[in-house]
Amino acid sequence: MADALLPAPFAALEPFVAAWCLDSEPERYAKRLSSSMDEIQAFYDAIFPRTEEAIRYLEQFPLDALPEDASRLLKLLYSLILISFPVEIWRQPAIPDTGTASFELELEPVP
Amino acid sequence: MTENLKVPKQAARQYPKPPEGSWTEHHPELDTAPVSYESSISPEFYALEREAIFKRAWLNVGRVEQLRRKGAFFTKELAVAKTSLIVVRGMDDEIRAFHNVCRHRGNKLAWTDHPGEEISGTCRQFACKYHGWTYDLEGRLTFILQEGEFFGIDKAAYGLVRVHCAVWQGFVFVNLAPEPEQTLTEFLGPMITAIEYPFERLTQRYAYRGDIRCNWKVFLDAFQEFYHPPILHGNQNPVMRQADYRDKGFYTSHFQIDGPHRVGSTTGGAGGKLVPEFYNPIERVMRSGLFGPWDPSEIVTDELPPGLNPGKKKSWGLDSFQIFPNFAIVFWETGWYLTYHYWPVAHDRLVFEANAYFAPPRNVRERLAQQLGIATIKEYALEDCGTLEATQMGLESRAVTTFPLGDQELMCRHLNKVVHTWVADYERSRAEG
Repeated sequence: MADALLPAPFAALEPFVAAWCLDSEPERYAKRLSSSMDEIQAFYDAIFPRTEEAIRYLEQFPLDALPEDASRLLKLLYSLILISFPVEIWRQPAIPDTGTASFELELEPVP
Repeated sequence: MTENLKVPKQAARQYPKPPEGSWTEHHPELDTAPVSYESSISPEFYALEREAIFKRAWLNVGRVEQLRRKGAFFTKELAVAKTSLIVVRGMDDEIRAFHNVCRHRGNKLAWTDHPGEEISGTCRQFACKYHGWTYDLEGRLTFILQEGEFFGIDKAAYGLVRVHCAVWQGFVFVNLAPEPEQTLTEFLGPMITAIEYPFERLTQRYAYRGDIRCNWKVFLDAFQEFYHPPILHGNQNPVMRQADYRDKGFYTSHFQIDGPHRVGSTTGGAGGKLVPEFYNPIERVMRSGLFGPWDPSEIVTDELPPGLNPGKKKSWGLDSFQIFPNFAIVFWETGWYLTYHYWPVAHDRLVFEANAYFAPPRNVRERLAQQLGIATIKEYALEDCGTLEATQMGLESRAVTTFPLGDQELMCRHLNKVVHTWVADYERSRAEG
């Protein structure tokens, strides 16, 4: 499959690439806030059980030389991190009582 | 005479207080009376703080890793002093700071797109966007357009205006006073300068920034006491949600004060050493979370770096060093650190900067552990940001004017005291002319 979006063992996660494979934390956080809990939960349920397997797969590559499909998988894991809080803690996309508070990530390493 | 504290026996054993009976009374410069926060809601007091504190104290504006090469520079907006600085590494490798102002007609020299936003980069000279007056990296004026049109001008007299600048352990400090009353080393004092940490090896940096509607001290106070986490952050994991955990509260193991600076040390929770329910599922699989990555970074050895864990506590998780006036460094047991900067913008407004520094990750597993660590910081910090805007509103009502501070809030009491001391000193010296 020449045009596979994700490494073959993770093909089942491909439906989530369009929504959750995002380049930066601000984009991922915005996606979290604009998603419904159903959407968030569906993504979490699909990817969370595969976390350790995905890390093991990605560990075989040097961090600065990830193939494109592996890099997409890593970005899905970054999104998993941000949506784990709504699922595991808040039961809603936003942190309660944070109203207009701002705290933005302005600098982050790549990849 | 203060009444004795009534600490539950187990906590008294686990977190012993000094012989005086409390941390607060251990420090003779502090009293135990309720505290006024008028200084956090008064525009007049803020005007005094700008002169008495922010134009007299050494202020950290960054790290040397931001200025690796000759010609590397960044600008720093200091609303509290109504100025902008250029911090630059010269061709002679010296790091200097200048007011970011052209000597010709006062235009801001280095900026891009938005004059109020900070920039960074590398250059060989600074040319003014207005009439092209040009300065070298050491601040000398090197070019005047149509120089012959100016009356008896001597370029040597029109260099950029220098700001005192000094480096400690890779942290670049500036002092806006014409002549600082102390050198940086004298200002930092023995407790801070005892720290020798391999900062230069922790180059994987994340930077957060928040614009928050509250006084800088009201905000800082939440980051220098560990009394609030079981409540304000009490929904962050299943253990903290339990009533008996909340009822017990949390105790800081060690407090220390040195001049205007202070430190609090606590036990830690990295490595999954607390009960499993303390950790959310993502934390257990990625081995990271509130305390940062669970696995020690490459800088961790059997011995802690000098200056850390000043109370020599057996169970040590972190030190939160508060460097007056607005800078904090938090060292974590698994070998990473955080800095906080609280930059006042008005009496009821601040810019909050949080930077996390890790060892460069060697693989995806380490990279993800760091990413979960910094994501967790945001979940907690947003809870603080939201609530502290509410605190500012409560204070501004002036319905209540004095507030009891407990022994766990000794560092808040100390900051309040130091701020008033600096302002009083300034007013005295001004009265004496």
